[in-house]
Amino acid sequence: MNRRRLVTVLLVLGVVALFAVPLIAGGPADYTGTDNQATTVIQQQDPGYEPWFHSVLPPLSPSVESGLFAVQAALGGAVLGYVLGRLRGRRAVREASTSETPGAGATGDGPQ
Amino acid sequence: MHIAEGFLPPAHAIGWTVAAAPFVVHGARAVAREVRENPESTLLLGAAGAFTFVLSAIKLPSVTGSSSHPTGTGAGAILFRPPVMALLGTVVLLFQALLLAHGGLTTLGANAFSMAIVGPWAGYGAYRLTRGLGGGLLPGVFAGMAVADLATYVTTSLQLALAFPDASSGFAGAAVKFLGVFAITQIPLAIGEGLLGVLLFRVLTVNARPELERLGVLKS
Repeated sequence: MNRRRLVTVLLVLGVVALFAVPLIAGGPADYTGTDNQATTVIQQQDPGYEPWFHSVLPPLSPSVESGLFAVQAALGGAVLGYVLGRLRGRRAVREASTSETPGAGATGDGPQ
Repeated sequence: MHIAEGFLPPAHAIGWTVAAAPFVVHGARAVAREVRENPESTLLLGAAGAFTFVLSAIKLPSVTGSSSHPTGTGAGAILFRPPVMALLGTVVLLFQALLLAHGGLTTLGANAFSMAIVGPWAGYGAYRLTRGLGGGLLPGVFAGMAVADLATYVTTSLQLALAFPDASSGFAGAAVKFLGVFAITQIPLAIGEGLLGVLLFRVLTVNARPELERLGVLKS
């Protein structure tokens, strides 16, 4: 494994650990969203406050809501993957056409 | 950082909308100009938008036993400068307000101000500062992404404190309460977002070098 790939793996592991460790070590917690907590604080600050406008959509069941969030993430992930794939393919084509110029560019540390 | 629909008093809702609107219009023009003058930027613009779209959809657990989501606005701000993110971030917020009942139309102005304006500018500032102090691209990206995330949530806390000051301790007391909800939870998320930004830019420096050079992110 070359150094570049090792750094990538470590970065990914770092991100995973950052969120997995509190989940495992933190014990039981309900992980309420901060947005909902803020709404609770608003109601403590001003118990008489009534929201004066409501979402265009009726309140969704939690499962439908998390499904829609998954759709949002999937759409974004698809576009991001498409762009990165095209950029990578473009580089492959360019490298093939300038064929075998060793050490071309500052990133000539081997194929990924 | 999504202030829920109807949870800002009308005067605040209107005020933040009026404050955010010129930035968003300016951002829309910046995006249009970028696409017109540099059509080859379209791919990277899509990547920047998609990055925000993914990250703001994911709720992540944090050390405080709460969960929150990153914003992903730093990447686009570093690549294309902050005005572009004023539009892209607002589009994401509008999508969530309309289809996901998350955030809202009356709070769109305030939410856009924190996530699509203050976050990207603060992140861009942190990126430029890091680069100016001799830091490389990746340390700059880390700082920019993390600061954009944190600054968004600090702004939300202050917006809420302004709208709901404490009966005894006023704005400052309320700010402490709202920051207590958002700030500490957000620190690991900001670090995670910084790392994801580094991963993204490592891929881009290899595969999109010509664009990064033209955008001035990398020296040609």
